[in-house]
Amino acid sequence: MNSSTILDAVGNTPLIPIRYHGNGAKIFAKAEFMNPSGSVKDRAAKAMLLRGIQNGKLTNNNAILDATSGNTGIALAMFGAVLGYRVVLCLPSNANRERKRVLRAYGAEIIPTSPLESSDGALLKAKQIAAENPDKYFYTDQYNNEENWKSHYNGTALEIWEQTEHKITHFVAGMGTSGTFIGTARRLKELNPSIKTVPMQPASPLHGLEGMRHQASVIPSGFYDTSLLDGQLDIQTEDARRTTLEFAKENGLFVGISSGANILAAMKLAETLPKDDLVVTILCDSGFRYLSDEMWD
Amino acid sequence: MITIQLPTALRTFTDGQADLQFEALTVEAALCQLTEQFADLQRHLFDDNGKLRSFVNVYLNDEDVRSFDGVNTSLKDGDVLMLIPAIAGGRETPRT
Repeated sequence: MNSSTILDAVGNTPLIPIRYHGNGAKIFAKAEFMNPSGSVKDRAAKAMLLRGIQNGKLTNNNAILDATSGNTGIALAMFGAVLGYRVVLCLPSNANRERKRVLRAYGAEIIPTSPLESSDGALLKAKQIAAENPDKYFYTDQYNNEENWKSHYNGTALEIWEQTEHKITHFVAGMGTSGTFIGTARRLKELNPSIKTVPMQPASPLHGLEGMRHQASVIPSGFYDTSLLDGQLDIQTEDARRTTLEFAKENGLFVGISSGANILAAMKLAETLPKDDLVVTILCDSGFRYLSDEMWD
Repeated sequence: MITIQLPTALRTFTDGQADLQFEALTVEAALCQLTEQFADLQRHLFDDNGKLRSFVNVYLNDEDVRSFDGVNTSLKDGDVLMLIPAIAGGRETPRT
């Protein structure tokens, strides 16, 4: 009898060659939306929970708590359901309805936070609840948990390194907690110091790139490391949406808007590079998580 | 007098002010006064054609103004407008 769980399906996602209108470097995208809960966040969520179980901080007597704009919450809710833990999530109330419905389907409890305060409001609320009730919750604290970036340092980066046969020259990705970017960039640069790692960033502090954060205007995560940033690519939400729509038609990949932003940033960079270079980016989640948006009409 | 509540992301452009009061009869007039007083907000709220950016939702007393007359929605004394980024979709009110 096979005793594996859905957690065993996290990681080892395909690396897909991307077609684009340009003569520059090749682009490949890591299909993180193929993780079991549907996003790149499965990696950090799994690592944070397994570490919590291992060190005895997550027990049958407390509940999993974190702040999320959605995808980490969905991963925690799914794994909490599998492992038998209660999950409580602080979520800005303007997170979209797909996310809220999926969270409820997995049985997670949502604590809505002010839409005016965005991800920082959720973060501060979760921190406050954890501080006031240390025995009631295992606070995964994705913005400061070292397991977050390490899951990419030990997973995503090594997979990319092998899947590109060590030929990757550039890595481009947006940042929310910055775990994906920091963990992947740090390991890639250790494997080959000439690899450039370039963050994609929303062009404005007010934006519609779900899960992404305009780093200059938010509370930085504990592991944010500016020494790993080789420049920066600013992307407007409207341009990301346009790219997301074109990407589905031209590449057969129905992805979310933050993935569209990553693809656009990768294309902008690739166009400036020679053909032999190889750019890798991240497809964070699927377009199915945004179906209530009118952009598809 | 109506109030516009700004998200934290935009308060750096209003010297940290979260709530701003204006005399305005429509949503559009209120937003115009806001961007006249704080010119840096213009490019964050409106595109190059002067249209409200598609991901910026304006709520009037917790209801999306699109469910009324959009930016042409009339305002009355005491109304509260909230500017909220639509984190990609949905039209739920911010309270839910």
